[in-house]
Amino acid sequence: MPFIPHTKEDTEEMLKTIGAPDLDALFDEIPANLIIDSLDNVPVGLSEMEITRLMHRRAAQDGAPQCFIGAGAYEHHVPQAVWDVATRGEFYSAYTPYQAEASQGTLQTIYEYQTMITELTGLDVSNASLYDGASGLAEAALMAVRGNRKNKSGRILLAPGVNPRYEQVALAIAGSQGITFDRLPMDRATGNATATLDDDEAPVAVVIQQPSFLGTLEEADRLTDWAHACGAFVIAVVNPTSLALLKAPGHWGEKGADIAIGEGQPLGIPLSSGGPYFGFMTCKQQQVRQMPGRIVGRTTDLNDETGFTLTLQAREQHIRRTKATSNICTNQGLMVTAATIYMSLLGYDGLRKVALRSQQNTTRLVAGLTAIDGIERLFDGPHFHEAALRFDRPVAPVLEALAAQDILGGYDLAASMPELDNAVLVCATETKMDADIDAYVAAMAHIFAKETRRSA
Amino acid sequence: MSELPGDLLYTSEHEWLRREDDGNVTIGVTDHAQAALGDLVYVELPELGQDVESGGDMAVVESVKAASDVYAPIDGIVVAVNEDLADDPERINADPYGDGWIVKLQPSGDIDEGALLTPVAYQTLLDEEDA
Repeated sequence: MPFIPHTKEDTEEMLKTIGAPDLDALFDEIPANLIIDSLDNVPVGLSEMEITRLMHRRAAQDGAPQCFIGAGAYEHHVPQAVWDVATRGEFYSAYTPYQAEASQGTLQTIYEYQTMITELTGLDVSNASLYDGASGLAEAALMAVRGNRKNKSGRILLAPGVNPRYEQVALAIAGSQGITFDRLPMDRATGNATATLDDDEAPVAVVIQQPSFLGTLEEADRLTDWAHACGAFVIAVVNPTSLALLKAPGHWGEKGADIAIGEGQPLGIPLSSGGPYFGFMTCKQQQVRQMPGRIVGRTTDLNDETGFTLTLQAREQHIRRTKATSNICTNQGLMVTAATIYMSLLGYDGLRKVALRSQQNTTRLVAGLTAIDGIERLFDGPHFHEAALRFDRPVAPVLEALAAQDILGGYDLAASMPELDNAVLVCATETKMDADIDAYVAAMAHIFAKETRRSA
Repeated sequence: MSELPGDLLYTSEHEWLRREDDGNVTIGVTDHAQAALGDLVYVELPELGQDVESGGDMAVVESVKAASDVYAPIDGIVVAVNEDLADDPERINADPYGDGWIVKLQPSGDIDEGALLTPVAYQTLLDEEDA
């Protein structure tokens, strides 16, 4: 999809056609006192050489630590071919296009992506992506409120294991539209939702994260059936890698989740200090008109040939204006292209191997760490590739001591879930070798022994 | 030249109203509106028993190229919706004043006919839009 800018002649011809003397005249309606002459706080532009040097210097500050942090973003091996192909000129745009600009190849890539994501989640329809998993929850909440018209409460109930950041983002986006977010109580033994309604007001939707933010596995079937019995929609928040092993949300309980969203980063997107990532979203056919964003469909053209086209566009802002389902207009097209290539290269078996190896590695790590005096598992029950541990001492100094040895030891839960005392999330994906895990365990044992000796 | 039955009332939003013998009011979109929208693919209907206020949106008609709100022309309660449109929205294209009706309202009070358009007034509006 080439980008061809206007020539000077093009611009002059257009200005002449509409009778404007110059480009600035198009902005005459902006009051003069609102216009600034210069951007004092923005530095001057750098040359390619200068910016390359600057970015290399900053990247080097990260060092090359072993990362055992998950908590929503996961380090997975990305085959070299993923970004070699995704950065080809034909694909190299971040923009998720509207019809007029879309090439058949771009549309087909998105269509293949949608097909893969609907298969993974077990639901009928996928959109062409969202910004990230967190904003995906906000869009799913808004969608549930539009779709579940019998319930006017605007009340969304979150399982206790929903990522706290997702709740913050959803509240920031949807909170001003009369939508409230409450938490279901947590069973302290398992870390999971107890699924009892504490008052009379039925929720418009129940959000279930599987695996939970704390790494545990919710009773998704039971929760889904309970939510549906309350007349609520079920919004599933899922990790795409885990879906190679766990039941797809479309098959939860008797009727399946109504909407599924999640963070797409594990599918071939590097951690990159936090972004760009992309969000995915699927739903049941009945809710397709409530779904935000682009949707690509396959059709037959006048010559009876298969073609791809944006479909159901009447929901969108360029047609429906203020009444559109959403104003999202994502720039995550390149991330989606990478994810599509990643899934194509791995296939179902490959993704399953990644998931299994990550689960096994985390099991090895948890076994090693909990053999240390002063470390125990926070919850009983199974985990996927992440687990919550409790230390007998504050977490932060321990993580600092590990970082000094180039080990990012885990995600301190003190800030986001302070009610869980001295709790930390650890994760070992398939990128970790047994030796890496054993080295981490040895370093941790050393720190715990030294600290204990000092305090004795 | 679009069809314009003389026994109906109209609105500037290109909707029509028929006062039924039982006191209820049937509402749809005009022939002009369906022609402008093109082939309809979906109609979102209100809930039975829903209160609507004059000027508020109560339904959505969606074609391959646009989605438009259908506004309540009077205050009232939704007493019937045309369920057939769920499977066959093109009824609105084929027969906008008959099988393509959308909603029946029970008016909450007297209908202010002065706020609505006669067939002649609606025709004038269409002529002006064309001009």
